[in-house]
Amino acid sequence: MKRDRGRALGRDMWRDAGLVAGKDLRIEWRSRATLGQIVPFAGLVLVLFGFALDANRPTLRLATSGLFWVTALFVTVVAVQRSSATETSDSARRMLLLAGIDPGAIFVGKAAAVAVQLLVVELVMLVGVVVLYGADIESIPLVAATCLVATAGLAATGSLLGALVAGVRARETILPILLLPVAAPVLIGATRSFDDALGSVAVNGWAWLGLLGGFAVLNAVVGVGTYATLLEEA
Amino acid sequence: MTLLKVRPRVEPGVELELRVGRSPVSTYRHRVAVIRLRGVIVLLERFPALAGVDLHVDAGEIILVRGPNGAGKSTLLGCCAGLRRPHSGTATVLGCDITSDRTPGRAELRRRVGLLGHDTALYDDLTVTENLELGARAARVPRREAPGALDRLALPSRLRTVPVGRLSAGQRRRTALAAIALRRPELWLLDEPHGGLDRPSRRIVDELIVEAATSGATVVVASHESGHVAGLATRTVTMTAGMVTDDAA
Repeated sequence: MKRDRGRALGRDMWRDAGLVAGKDLRIEWRSRATLGQIVPFAGLVLVLFGFALDANRPTLRLATSGLFWVTALFVTVVAVQRSSATETSDSARRMLLLAGIDPGAIFVGKAAAVAVQLLVVELVMLVGVVVLYGADIESIPLVAATCLVATAGLAATGSLLGALVAGVRARETILPILLLPVAAPVLIGATRSFDDALGSVAVNGWAWLGLLGGFAVLNAVVGVGTYATLLEEA
Repeated sequence: MTLLKVRPRVEPGVELELRVGRSPVSTYRHRVAVIRLRGVIVLLERFPALAGVDLHVDAGEIILVRGPNGAGKSTLLGCCAGLRRPHSGTATVLGCDITSDRTPGRAELRRRVGLLGHDTALYDDLTVTENLELGARAARVPRREAPGALDRLALPSRLRTVPVGRLSAGQRRRTALAAIALRRPELWLLDEPHGGLDRPSRRIVDELIVEAATSGATVVVASHESGHVAGLATRTVTMTAGMVTDDAA
């Protein structure tokens, strides 16, 4: 009987997470912020990196993995700030809290919506690095797996820190200060993994996926466990 | 010496009459405490927004909490909704101990409470109907009841497909009240529910408050316009500087 109740609670949590993710994606789709602002922002950063490295193709090809994931980190900051602002504007998150949605489900839903946006931007960025930097993708499965796992980690970390700073007055500036160092393991792991997938450095990319996976799981568990407290304190 | 102990299982507010033969000797009104606060202190960045509040509210009551700006009315409502945890004192709302650090207890309480704060807790980019349907789905209320709740608050059909961000303050407030009414909470906590409303809308809100109390819910209204709400209230509580300074039936 206890197991049945646990199963029902689990079902409710996934259902609520889907509701929250659907709501966030609908709001994003309506505002066209991902396509109209975040994608151009990512493209601009990639172009500027190109200028900074003197548009030197061999250098750019070598540095593609790092530049790609640094840009992804910047994009995460912007996406998380938008996701956080949706909830803080007019205290809208109170609607979900007072409806009795498990805060853990709110966390999962918000992280999932951020992850979907990041994946869309990363897809465009991949085209960008191939066209602008002349990168060769040698292993599509490794690129896909890295994007999926690293994005899960970035979205979980970002959503967690977004809620942490939600009640702070200078949250727009504090979020990047917290997120960039905390997400450094993603930058390192995903860059190494991409190095292998793009054939720029001889490393075992699949092994680095383990680090990325561990990081994503750790942040997801911490997020589900602490989101209730973060929402109440905010 | 106690001869007989009777624990009547009756609905709150029901009156029982004790008779000896044909003559009534006593009446007993069954009361259930919905809010029971004793010496509650809530600190907001070390400032005592509530500085030792004592309050007792029974089921079915309409309480007007009045007081000047900064008296702690809104903090009191947030605290009763389980959104703010008291730093000290004893506090029970709908049977839940809100001083406990057990988050699931407060989450359970929040499900049974409807709170209208200064903010309307609506998503600006979603339409009126989408906001209500989201709230309904989250609270496990059938979505088909959303139009009825909007009808109750007299929100015209043409506004229902408009993003909430484009509504006037009064229309937003009515939408927020419709979202609360849709969930049929046991405890309504309304902070300045008439703020920004025109006269016909105020009347609709008054009717909604009375309707909620008649159906067995408890309503706490915080307002500095005491004159308007006082007519509806069964009791008026005055707050000053984070404390209840007057509690008159």
